Amino acid sequence: MTDLYALTIGELAPMLRDREISAVELLDAHLQRIEAVDPKVKAYLRLTPDLARAQAADADRRFQAGEAGPLTGIPVAIKDVLCVEGVETTAGSRILAGFKPPYEATAIARLRAAGCVFLGMTNCDEFAMGSSTENSGFYTTHNPWSLDKVPGGSSGGSAAAVAAGEAVFGLGTDTGGSIRQPAALCGVVGMKPTYGRVSRYGLIAFASSLDQIGPFARSVADAALVLSAVAGADPNDSTCFERPLDLSQLEAGVKGMRLGVPKEYFEVAGMEAGVRESVEQALAALQGAGAELVDVTLPHTDYGLAAYYIIAPAEASSNLARFDGVKYGLRAPRTESLLDTYLHTRREGFGAEVRRRIMLGTYALSSGYYDAYYLKAQKVRTLIKRDFDAAFERCDAVVSATSPTVAFEIGAKTGDPLAMYLNDVLTLGGNLAGLPGVSLPCAPAGGLPVGLQVLAPQFREDVALRVARAYEQAGVRAEVASVA
Amino acid sequence: MPEAGEWEAVIGMEVHAHLKTASKMFCGCGTDYLGKPPNSNVCPVCLGLPGTLPVINRRAVELCLKSALALNCEIQLATKFDRKNYYYPDLPKGYQISQYDLPMSRAGWLEVDGKRVGITRVHLEEDTGRLVHAGDRLESADRSYVDLNRSGMPLMEVVSEPDLRSAAEARDFAMALRGILRAVGAGEADMEKGQLRAEANVSIRPRGSEELGVKTELKNINSFRALFNAVEYEIKRQARELEAGRKVVQETRGWSEPERRTFSQRSKEVAQDYRYFPEPDLPPLAFAPDWIADLKGSLPELPAARRERLVSERGLSEYQARLLAGDLEVADYLEELVRLGLPAQPAANWMIGEMLPRDEPLVVAAAETAELLRRLEAGAINRDQARAVLDQLYETGKPVVELAAGLEQISDAGALAGVIDSVLAANPTAVADFKAGKEAAIGPLVGKVMQATGGSANPKLARDLLLARLKR
Repeated sequence: MTDLYALTIGELAPMLRDREISAVELLDAHLQRIEAVDPKVKAYLRLTPDLARAQAADADRRFQAGEAGPLTGIPVAIKDVLCVEGVETTAGSRILAGFKPPYEATAIARLRAAGCVFLGMTNCDEFAMGSSTENSGFYTTHNPWSLDKVPGGSSGGSAAAVAAGEAVFGLGTDTGGSIRQPAALCGVVGMKPTYGRVSRYGLIAFASSLDQIGPFARSVADAALVLSAVAGADPNDSTCFERPLDLSQLEAGVKGMRLGVPKEYFEVAGMEAGVRESVEQALAALQGAGAELVDVTLPHTDYGLAAYYIIAPAEASSNLARFDGVKYGLRAPRTESLLDTYLHTRREGFGAEVRRRIMLGTYALSSGYYDAYYLKAQKVRTLIKRDFDAAFERCDAVVSATSPTVAFEIGAKTGDPLAMYLNDVLTLGGNLAGLPGVSLPCAPAGGLPVGLQVLAPQFREDVALRVARAYEQAGVRAEVASVA
Repeated sequence: MPEAGEWEAVIGMEVHAHLKTASKMFCGCGTDYLGKPPNSNVCPVCLGLPGTLPVINRRAVELCLKSALALNCEIQLATKFDRKNYYYPDLPKGYQISQYDLPMSRAGWLEVDGKRVGITRVHLEEDTGRLVHAGDRLESADRSYVDLNRSGMPLMEVVSEPDLRSAAEARDFAMALRGILRAVGAGEADMEKGQLRAEANVSIRPRGSEELGVKTELKNINSFRALFNAVEYEIKRQARELEAGRKVVQETRGWSEPERRTFSQRSKEVAQDYRYFPEPDLPPLAFAPDWIADLKGSLPELPAARRERLVSERGLSEYQARLLAGDLEVADYLEELVRLGLPAQPAANWMIGEMLPRDEPLVVAAAETAELLRRLEAGAINRDQARAVLDQLYETGKPVVELAAGLEQISDAGALAGVIDSVLAANPTAVADFKAGKEAAIGPLVGKVMQATGGSANPKLARDLLLARLKR
């Protein structure tokens, strides 16, 4: 029999329902797996075994009482930016060390109500700013497929946990690619929903107009299931809407669907040949499954990175102003004045990348520069959205690579922020346009996972997931890394 | 350089008012925070904890729009909230959610002392918390405490054009604005409770000049009287500076009530950069024109209309009408007295002279006031007696029938004759003065008669009898 930690929700749910295994057994299998591999992977910042045991015991009671749902008893890894009531939540930052939110993120509350078992908080780049988890205020997570490589980021901890069998599924957040890119680099399925599909309440904000919560899983069906559990309007988030989410056609295949291939996405700087080949193979497989490939164009792609790195830091500079040493988290000791408290607290509490983005964003919003930077970037954002609108008139979904590269060596790009930023060039367009996007594994290149990205029109997660599911059937499926 | 007294003051107002809603601007916390223990009227949202999000209070939007409509403003059908970024410990998010370039309304006016004062804009924002300094003042405080009970209170900002020309106009503007806010039910607008905070931008220029002088912004103003005094002081201070050949510095100045002067708080030479940008946590708002029309239709009679009606229908003077219509509850009280059968003029005078100067002028039931005034009008009691009964009314709340029992005015000439005789005999100097042509000497003599009768003599009769005797 396969190890319990290597199974999907789809496989585990009937076993739990039929009482072949208990939720407590399933939890124990994961805690053992974590104990065995996490010293190498370092996916988790904090484990919550007491909470998990209570939840697993409760899940078993629910199975007995016939009150269980499809996610009851399923162990989950939670990115450290999602507030879990009473559990230290730090956004991967020393400035929030010791912060235990007295409230819970809506997405987390929904998983709790569904009976999920919370394994712990996973590592990420500080305040979700980064593409490798190397910007974590605590330590770097290692790619389970190759331990000297990065897992991607910013949600690298959740991606690595799911890839290494340290959780059945995970939650992450995606502001410019922070779910899809680590999913690609770790060889798992990752989904960023439409902006407004999942409540952001309780998500420690990086860039409010771009952030979205989404799942990591080892199958497309699992990702779809988790999405439907966390999606939907929330009275606490005015930017979240109730829109239909019909996932009944997940298995309907791609026959007769038109898939757009944007040429600009195959010509970006730094695109590795192996990635390109693997994605082209995937496109051929989709064609073989009955899809029609059409050429589309996204002419403003080149400007996306610049616009993103103005808008996101601008919002971040404001969102992170609350970390001032006055109310919670770190406070620099023995300062002479209020200004000194601010300066020392923020200098000691924030890492270099966070400070860099705060400075970039502050500058972009400054009087006299606002029109040239922030306003111009918003106009570019509109143009990028129009590019996608035009493309979706010719196709049902847009397919491309998720990341131009496979997982890179730890330390390879830390000295060159711009090279790091370029890793998001294929994903951030989806955030700027507010689109849903899935990344799922296609054929590895040089032994490392490669991600195929499927982008769909707003609130058409069903289309993106259906295409992803069709490829999963025709091509590659996610596996658990052995971690050696 | 003009001579002293040839300066013209140019004043614009920025007024912040708490709106009378059940909950705060962006969260579910209550709004009756006054007197509560520090940081007890708070939640994760108004504490600005990470991950929390604002949700717009519909009632606050409604009250802001009603106020703007009552101030004759144009409503902007498309509006949005913005973030105003700055660091201060009483601002838990490091930014205030406010409105920048698309406020809810613009271009209105408010009639003050017979002239229209332009309203630049009326917009909605959230209030900050409060710092409590241990010690008398910030400079010497050993430590400071943050109280966030007020954080997130719905706050409406009204900005006027620089159309005001004197301290009295500035005060009357604020009072008229309070009248509007109370009339539409937007807020209590009690300055002493911090529900209405007025800041005045003051500059002066040579009379006749069209150019604007350098302005100062006056803060720390906690009453209408303080507003008047602060503006009055500041106009004189600026004139003194300019006449001495110095310059007025653009700055924020606080009003010190005990010292009765303004003092420099913060130089504005380096303008603060608030890095405004659209609040991404809130969608832009689009108002349905029908809804705005409904709100406009629901406005009650406003102070200006009531004032006109008090003049035309009740025959009051402009002055009386202005004093009574500024607060519609006061005007309603007068109309109730009239409905109870009292003539408007004396009722208005009684309210203005005897009741409005008190702390809570309207706690006495109109029926009781009417009973008292009927007795006064009929001559059954005199004014001093009526005033004494009113004091008792405020103090004890007992009915007038009981309080005035036994009080009777002596209106019988025969009953006063003996008193008149003895008063004249006991005050030869006053009598001599009067006879020498000093008619004012009659006053003290009337006073002596009142004194001798324990206040119960009809003073008019006493005066007539004295005059008759003295001129004999």
